[in-house]
Amino acid sequence: MLHVAPSPPLARCLYEKRGWALFALAALVILVVAPLANLVTPEGSFLHLSDASVALLGKLFCYAMLALAMDLVWGYAGILSLGHGVFFALGGYAFGMYLMRQIGHDGSYHADLPDFMVFLDWNSFPWFWAYTDHFCYALALAILAPAALACAFGFFAFRSRIKGVYFSIITQALTYAMMLLFFRNETGFGGNNGFTDFKRILDYPLATPQTRIILFMLSGGSLLLLLLASRFIVTSKFGRVLTAIREAESRVMFCGYDTLSYKLAIWTFSAAICGLAGALYVPQVGIINPSEMSPAASIEIAIWTAVGGRGTLIGPLVGAFVVNGAKSLFTAAIPEYWLFFLGLLFVLVTLLLPKGVIGFFDAPPSARISLPFTRKEPAS
Amino acid sequence: MRMLRLFAGLAMLAVFCAPAAALDRGAIGRLASGDADEQRQALDALVADNDVSALPFLQDLLADRVKIGADTTIIVDGDHGLDPLERAPVALPSDLEDVSTSNSLRLAIEESIAALELLSPDPALRLEAVKRLQNAELDEARLALIAKAESHERDSAVRDGLRQMRALSELQSGDRAMRLAAAKALRASVSGRVREALKARLASEEDGEIRVALTRSLRNVESSLAIGENLGIVFSGVSLASILLLAALGLAVTYGLMGVINMAHGEMMMIGAYATYVAQNCFRAYLPDHFQWYLAAAAPVAFVVAALIGVVIERMVIRFLYGRALETLLATWGVSLILMQTVRTMFGAQNVQVENPAWMSGRVFVMENLQLPYNRIVIIAFSLAVLALVSFLLARTRLGLFVRAVTQNRTMAKCVGVDSSRIDTIAFALGSGIAGLAGVALSQVGNVGPDLGQHYIVDSFMVVVLGGVGQLAGAVYAALGLGVAGKIFENLAGAVLAEIALLVFLIVFIQKRPQGLFALGGRQAD
Amino acid sequence: MIEATEISSAVALYLDDVQVAFDGFRALRGLSLSIDVGELRCVIGPNGAGKTTMMDVITGKTRPDAGLVYFGRSLDLTRMSEPQIAAAGIGRKFQKPTVFEHLTVFENLELAVKADKSVRASLFRRISGEQIDRIGELLETVELADKAQDRAGLLSHGQKQWLEIGMLLAQRPLLLLLDEPVAGMTDHETKRTAELLESLAGQHSIMVVEHDMEFVGAIARKVTVLHEGAVLAEGRLSDVQSDERVIEVYLGR
Repeated sequence: MLHVAPSPPLARCLYEKRGWALFALAALVILVVAPLANLVTPEGSFLHLSDASVALLGKLFCYAMLALAMDLVWGYAGILSLGHGVFFALGGYAFGMYLMRQIGHDGSYHADLPDFMVFLDWNSFPWFWAYTDHFCYALALAILAPAALACAFGFFAFRSRIKGVYFSIITQALTYAMMLLFFRNETGFGGNNGFTDFKRILDYPLATPQTRIILFMLSGGSLLLLLLASRFIVTSKFGRVLTAIREAESRVMFCGYDTLSYKLAIWTFSAAICGLAGALYVPQVGIINPSEMSPAASIEIAIWTAVGGRGTLIGPLVGAFVVNGAKSLFTAAIPEYWLFFLGLLFVLVTLLLPKGVIGFFDAPPSARISLPFTRKEPAS
Repeated sequence: MRMLRLFAGLAMLAVFCAPAAALDRGAIGRLASGDADEQRQALDALVADNDVSALPFLQDLLADRVKIGADTTIIVDGDHGLDPLERAPVALPSDLEDVSTSNSLRLAIEESIAALELLSPDPALRLEAVKRLQNAELDEARLALIAKAESHERDSAVRDGLRQMRALSELQSGDRAMRLAAAKALRASVSGRVREALKARLASEEDGEIRVALTRSLRNVESSLAIGENLGIVFSGVSLASILLLAALGLAVTYGLMGVINMAHGEMMMIGAYATYVAQNCFRAYLPDHFQWYLAAAAPVAFVVAALIGVVIERMVIRFLYGRALETLLATWGVSLILMQTVRTMFGAQNVQVENPAWMSGRVFVMENLQLPYNRIVIIAFSLAVLALVSFLLARTRLGLFVRAVTQNRTMAKCVGVDSSRIDTIAFALGSGIAGLAGVALSQVGNVGPDLGQHYIVDSFMVVVLGGVGQLAGAVYAALGLGVAGKIFENLAGAVLAEIALLVFLIVFIQKRPQGLFALGGRQAD
Repeated sequence: MIEATEISSAVALYLDDVQVAFDGFRALRGLSLSIDVGELRCVIGPNGAGKTTMMDVITGKTRPDAGLVYFGRSLDLTRMSEPQIAAAGIGRKFQKPTVFEHLTVFENLELAVKADKSVRASLFRRISGEQIDRIGELLETVELADKAQDRAGLLSHGQKQWLEIGMLLAQRPLLLLLDEPVAGMTDHETKRTAELLESLAGQHSIMVVEHDMEFVGAIARKVTVLHEGAVLAEGRLSDVQSDERVIEVYLGR
C-alpha cells in the first residue's frame, strides 16, 4: 500500500506483525489458558485462577467493550457521548428479560410472572415482553434495541447539525430521561430494583463455575472480535472519513460526503456494541437496575477512554482495565477516597495527558506530559 | 368526644353568655407538668368552661414558651419571665425545663384555641377559628350546637362558615328537606372537602330533586375550586421557575458568556447550601437572639465561598482548557466529584437540616385551596433580586463592560488594555458566586445533601440551552416556560412523565432551533 | 459588459436578484451575477460587501430569502444540500486553509478524489488503481509529491493552500470557488498559484475572491466589484479601476 502512515508503535500495534502475535496470545489466554487455570488447576496452586478473578475479568471485558464503543464515536469521529450508559443498560435489560423468564416458578411468589409484576398485581406480561423467553430473540433485542434508539436519536440530532458540547448535553439528557422512565414501576422493568435474582441461562444454572467461565470466554471473545471489527473500520476509508469529520466536518461535506450517514453509522454501531456488552454483563453480575443509566455512569465511560488514549484501538481497553482495576482496589481498601481519585483522574488526564496512557508511552520522553504552563485563550 | 365538649361549651356560652374563669394555678400546673391524661383533662375542662382567658396561656403552651421551674410554671418571653396567671414580670429561675407536649396534645390545643376563638368578640378572629375548624369531623349530634352558635352570630362570613359546617353534616341527614337545603346551601363553598362530600352524596342519593341540587352545587364548587387549583399550579410553576432561574443565572455567565461548560456548577449550589447550613449553626451557637436573620449573613457568605472556589477552579483547571469544550466538560465533572466527596467527608453523607427562619414559615391565604407559602414567595423575590443584580453588573458597571468586551472580542479588548486573564477569573467567580446564592435559596425549600447539585445540573443546562447562549433574557423566559410547563405537565401526567416530556420536548426543540430561543442570527462560524 | 455575457455560449453559474438578511442586516441586496463555462472571474470588494455570504449561498450553506441561484441551466442550488451541491461539481476553498491535519497528504487527496462516497463503499471498497494514478497526478500538480506521506498538519501555510486546491481539483469540479487563495503565501507561491489557476481556466470555471490586486491583475480577465450586497461594477480590471464609483468605495472609506 502506498499510504501507510508513519505511526507511533503502541497506538498502532494492531497493524503490525507484533500486534497480531499479541492478539493471538490474548485469544489463547482468554479462550484456553484462563478456563484451564480456573477449572482444572487445583485451588491454592499459583496457576489457579480464582472464581472471583474470573468474575472481575469478565466484567472488565464488558467495560472494555464500552470503552471501545466510546472510542469509535469520540476518539475517531469526535462525538462525545455522555449517554452511552443508556445503550448498555438497554442491552442489559433486554437480555435481563430473558433471564427473568428463565427464573420460571422459582421466584418468591412461585408465580408465572416475575416477582415484581406479581407485586404490582399484574396478570400478564406487557406487550414488549413478548417472545423474550427465546434466547436468540432476547440476544438480538439486546443488540437491536439500543441500535434502534441510537439510530432514531442520532438521525434527529445529526440532521439538525447538533454537535460538540450541545450533542454531549442532550445525550446526557437522554440517559437522564431514560433513567427516570425506568425508575417507574409502571414502565415494566422492575422500577428501582430492576432485575435480579437470576437463576438460569439456557436452562443451565448461572451460579456454577462452568457457566461463569463460558460467559467469561464469550465476553473476552466478543471483545477480541469487536477489536478486529473496529480495526477493519478505522483502517478503511470509512475510518479516515470519520477522522476528517472530527477535524472539519463542513470540509468533508464539501468533498461530497454525506456526513450524516457516516456519523449515524458509527453512532449506531457503537450503541450496538454497548447493547452486546450489556447483555454479557448482566448474567455475570446478576443485576441490572436504572442506576446504570445515571449520567455519572455514562461519563465514567468517557474517562476510561480518555485515560487509555482515545483515537487508538488499544487505548480504551487499557483505560477500562486500569480505571476499573483501580476502582476495585479502592472500593476494597479505602472506599471513601475513590471519588477523590476518580475526580483527580478526570482533571489530570484532561490537563496533562490529553492522549492518554498510550500517547504517553508513545511520545518521546521530552514530550510526554503536556504541562499546562501556558493558559489557553477562550474562543471569542 | 373532644369536639363534642368543645361545642357543648360553645353552646353554653351562646346561651348564657357567662364565662366561668377556670384558669387557675391548679389547671396551669396540671397542663404544664401533669402526665398526658392529666393534661388532656385539664384542657378539656378549660374548653368546657368556655374560658376565653385561657387563650394566651394555651398559645404560649403551643409556642413552647411555657417552662417548668422547681415548683412554679413560668412563661419565658425572650430573656424575662411572666407569671402565667397575672402575666406580671417575675424573675427567671435558673433551672427551667420544657413542658412535654405530645403531637396529639398539640393538635388538641390548636383545636381548643380555635374553638375558644369562636367566642372571641373580634369577628376576624372568629372567622379564623371557623376556617381552622373546617376540617374537623362532625356528626349529627353536633348539629344543634352549631345551629345555635350560628343563630347568635352577627358576622355574615362567620355565619356562612358555620352554616357550611352544619350543611356538610346535614347532607347525610335522613330528613329529605334538610338534605335538600344542605345541598343548596353548599353551592357557595370553596372547599375540596365539600366537593368530595357532594360527590359521595350524589353517588348514593336517590331523590331526583336533591340530585339536581347536588349536581348544581357540585358544578359551582368545582368551578370555584378550579380557579384556585389552576392558580396554585401556576404559582408552583413560577416557584420552580425561580429556582431554575437562580440555577441558570450563574450558568448564563460561565457558559453563556464565557462558553465554559462547568459541570461542577451544581456543586457550587451545593456549597452555597452548606454555607447556609454553617451560617445557621453559627447563629444558633453564638447569636441565638438574631437567629431569624441568619439568612442575611448566609447569602454573602455563600456567594464569597462559592466565588473563591470558582477562582481556584478557573486558575487551576479551566484556564488551560479554553477552546476545548469537551475537555472542560470532563475536567469540571472531575472537580464536581472531588467537591462532592469533600463535602461528604466534612459533613457526612446524610442530608443536613436547614431551618426556615420564623418569618419565612407560614403562608399567605388567598383562597380556600390556594395558600402561598412565604418561603416560596421570598425565593421568587430573591431570584428577581439576583437577576436584577446580575443584569446591573453586566449592563451598567465597568466590570460588566469588560466581561462583555472580553467575551465578544478578546484581542481587541486586550489591545485597549483590558487584563483579559483577570476578567476571565472574575467572570467565572461571579458565575460561581451566583450559583452559591442559588444554593442559599435551595436550602430553604429542599433537602441539603452532598448530591444536591446533581439534581439541578441537567435542568439548568436545559434552561441555558433553551434560552440561547449569551443572553440573560433568554434564560429568564426559558426558566419561566420550563417551570410553568413542567408543573402543568406534572399535574396532568405525574412528576416523572413530566420530566421526561420536558426532556423530549427540549430535544425536539433543539432540532428546530439549535441556537436557542433568543439566539442572534447571522453568519455562524463553523 | 453586457456584450460579454451575450456572446458566451454557456453559463456555468447564474445568480439573479439574490437577497439575504440576518436579523435585519441585509447582507445581499439583489445580487445578480453570471459566470460562463471556462471563465476565470475575480470578485473584489471591501469588507462586508457580501463576498463570503455569496459563496455561502452558492454552496448551500446559507439559504437566500429571495432570488435565483442556478448552476448550469437546470440545477436550482437553493433546493440542494451542501453535499449534493458538491457532488454536482462545485468545489469551494475556504479563506482559512482547511485540510485534515491528522491525515496524510495522500489520505487528504484520497478523501477528495471522485469516487463512490457512500458509507458502504467507504467501508468495503479498496482504492482503485485509477484513483491512485489520479492522486499521483494531483500531487504533481500541487507540487506535494515528496510530502505524500507527511501529515497535513506539518505542511507550511502555502502548502496547505495548495493541498486544498488539490483536493478541490480531485473532485473534478465544473466550478471552483476560491476564497483568498494566496493569503499568507510567499511571492513565489503566489506566482505559482497564478500560473496554476491560469492553466486550470478553460477546463474549469473559476471564481476567485481576492484582495491582492497584484494577483488579481496577474490572472484576471474579468473582474466583478461587490459593494453592500450588490454588484457595483463589472469588466476588465483596468476599466473597473478607473470607475469613479469603485474609487469612491475603496478610497472613500
